[in-house]
Amino acid sequence: MSSKAEILNKIKQSQPNLTAELPDLKVLGSEQFDVLEMYKTVLKNIGGNPVEVADYNEILAYIRNNYPLEKRIITTISELSEIAVLDWTNDDPHSLQNVELTIIKAHFGVAENSALWVTDAILGQRVAPFITQYLAIIVNKKDLIPTMHQAYDRIGNQEYGFGTFIAGPSKTADIEQSLVLGAHGARGLVVFLME
Amino acid sequence: MSSKKIIEHSEAATRFNKDVERVNWHDETLWFVREKRDKSANQIQDWELLRETASRIKNNVLANMHDYLSDFEANAQKNGIIVHWAADAKEHNEIVHSILQKHDVKQMVKSKSMLTEECHLNDYLADKGIEVIDSDLGEYIVQLRKEPPSHIVLPAIHLKKEDVSETFHEHLGTEKGNFDPQYLTESARRELRDTFLTRKAALTGVNFAVAETGEFVVCTNEGNADMGAHLADVHIACMGFEKLIPQRKHLGVFLRLLARSATGQPITTFSSHFKKPRDGKEIHIVIVDNGRSTQLGRPDFRNSLKCIRCGACMNTCPVYRRSGGHSYHNAVAGPIGSILAPNLDMSKNADLPFASTLCGSCTNVCPVKIDIHDQLYKWRQVLVKEGHTPTSKTIAMKTMATVLANPTVFNLAGKSGRFVMKNIPALVNNKMNKWYDQREMPDVPEESFREWYKKNSRESKAKKDE
Ligand code: SF4
Repeated sequence: MSSKAEILNKIKQSQPNLTAELPDLKVLGSEQFDVLEMYKTVLKNIGGNPVEVADYNEILAYIRNNYPLEKRIITTISELSEIAVLDWTNDDPHSLQNVELTIIKAHFGVAENSALWVTDAILGQRVAPFITQYLAIIVNKKDLIPTMHQAYDRIGNQEYGFGTFIAGPSKTADIEQSLVLGAHGARGLVVFLME
Repeated sequence: MSSKKIIEHSEAATRFNKDVERVNWHDETLWFVREKRDKSANQIQDWELLRETASRIKNNVLANMHDYLSDFEANAQKNGIIVHWAADAKEHNEIVHSILQKHDVKQMVKSKSMLTEECHLNDYLADKGIEVIDSDLGEYIVQLRKEPPSHIVLPAIHLKKEDVSETFHEHLGTEKGNFDPQYLTESARRELRDTFLTRKAALTGVNFAVAETGEFVVCTNEGNADMGAHLADVHIACMGFEKLIPQRKHLGVFLRLLARSATGQPITTFSSHFKKPRDGKEIHIVIVDNGRSTQLGRPDFRNSLKCIRCGACMNTCPVYRRSGGHSYHNAVAGPIGSILAPNLDMSKNADLPFASTLCGSCTNVCPVKIDIHDQLYKWRQVLVKEGHTPTSKTIAMKTMATVLANPTVFNLAGKSGRFVMKNIPALVNNKMNKWYDQREMPDVPEESFREWYKKNSRESKAKKDE
């Protein structure tokens, strides 16, 4: 017998014979709070930087003032082509190793943990938000939702090859529990909360 | 695999306890993490409801494991993922090796996976001439030091920054005496970035696998799993079959619980959902049994398969905090490790269920409501019945059994015990008496309870008769 058949057989014989109904998830996620305020507070607590902007022009201005434009900046957003390149999405992912700043959009954000949901459809390349030194993500204020339950309601049975929740910059506390931002991924995350 | 003689938990703990300052520091560091968990949990109004829901979802999983696994395989394959099944550690290692061989890979980068620790994969691959680099910073540190991780979430929690500095100085050539965590992390970042950029194969663990969609989720703070997987041609993901959950929406429940229970964070920095490989690349999943189906068949212990490996039970455990993860001589330390280990090998791990005060703190913090301390208690009964008691306990218990079974001996033992403690205390207050370790012996009462009772019942009887 193959290992698969053997394992599945043994599991069938070992698994408990109970009618364990799946619980109702509708009762969860009813917490009441100001979604925008919560989002900003949590993001700051985990080392991210929330910036409220009215439109792309304000984003352009912010980036010009805060990042070295002479270094490699990439984006998937055509409105930002003045300061960032757009033609990198078919490159070998290894070639992104010298990227200073990556700017992408998120589908939505979750207030309780400040996580942003991104998938292949808007990532450009899967490695882009990880390999970059700094990361900027744009999310519309109307796309902020309270908890992870609403998040999965919203994702539903969406099709994607890869999707990830990003909450703050990459970090580690493996050396004596001292928090250090920028472990392997981005050293900093700015989230543009757009009207 | 190492055939090193196992040092029993109590003895290993005694050694760990020699450095009083370090033990106190270890204890406080973990308690600090436990407190962060409390703060975080208290901010969620539905916390208890969440735990209950998670536990009930896992009940459903345990009862339907066979069907969910079959669904998962079918859906993963539809997504273009290659699925393998491993009955035990050996087969797991062979499968991973064969995938690497097929792609002619001699060097692999790995992100944290306690399952590969359980299977001793690194040693196995090293024997085959394949180099594996652990990329989680804590794992990287212990790997350089040739030690196993001492905690499932915080692998280097037993080390001070001076230790890390020394290790990095030796292996990475960092400045001697520079203990700054920022500086040390930066050095590892530079070193590992080069690793990520040059490896053709990356191995990750799996936090959750979804039966309904055939996708799996990997949670990290550092982003190392993603750096490895998205730059490599081949991504191998290894999972114990209990990582399964029924539907995608159930991730909402588990992702809310996991990081809050582990470190007090609202969620890990990255919660990555892998559903399909990139064009032209491969994702392999190795589904591992290695004793899990046996545990599933033990009604008293099957709940241990609900574990989501948050580490909360370790952080709160008064024994773990003062004995250190290595004293458990098992990939998973602490309370949950002590339940999982005897299932794998009763004779080698008979000491572990005794490494607990049964205070119940582990059970109270467990996000999936595993009855941890009850299971530890039950393992003790099983182990004693099967003749697997740890040696230090056997002698004491045999003596105890003789004494308790015989009233005359019991009486005499009590009398002579009191006599000895009063007149020759050195006979009791010594290293042979396990109870004396860490404790002052009490003052001896003038009379035993039995003597007191006899006298007083006579007196009260006399009083009533008056
Ligand atoms: S037993 Fe519970 S508390 Fe311990 S690691 Fe597993 S899920 Fe966490």
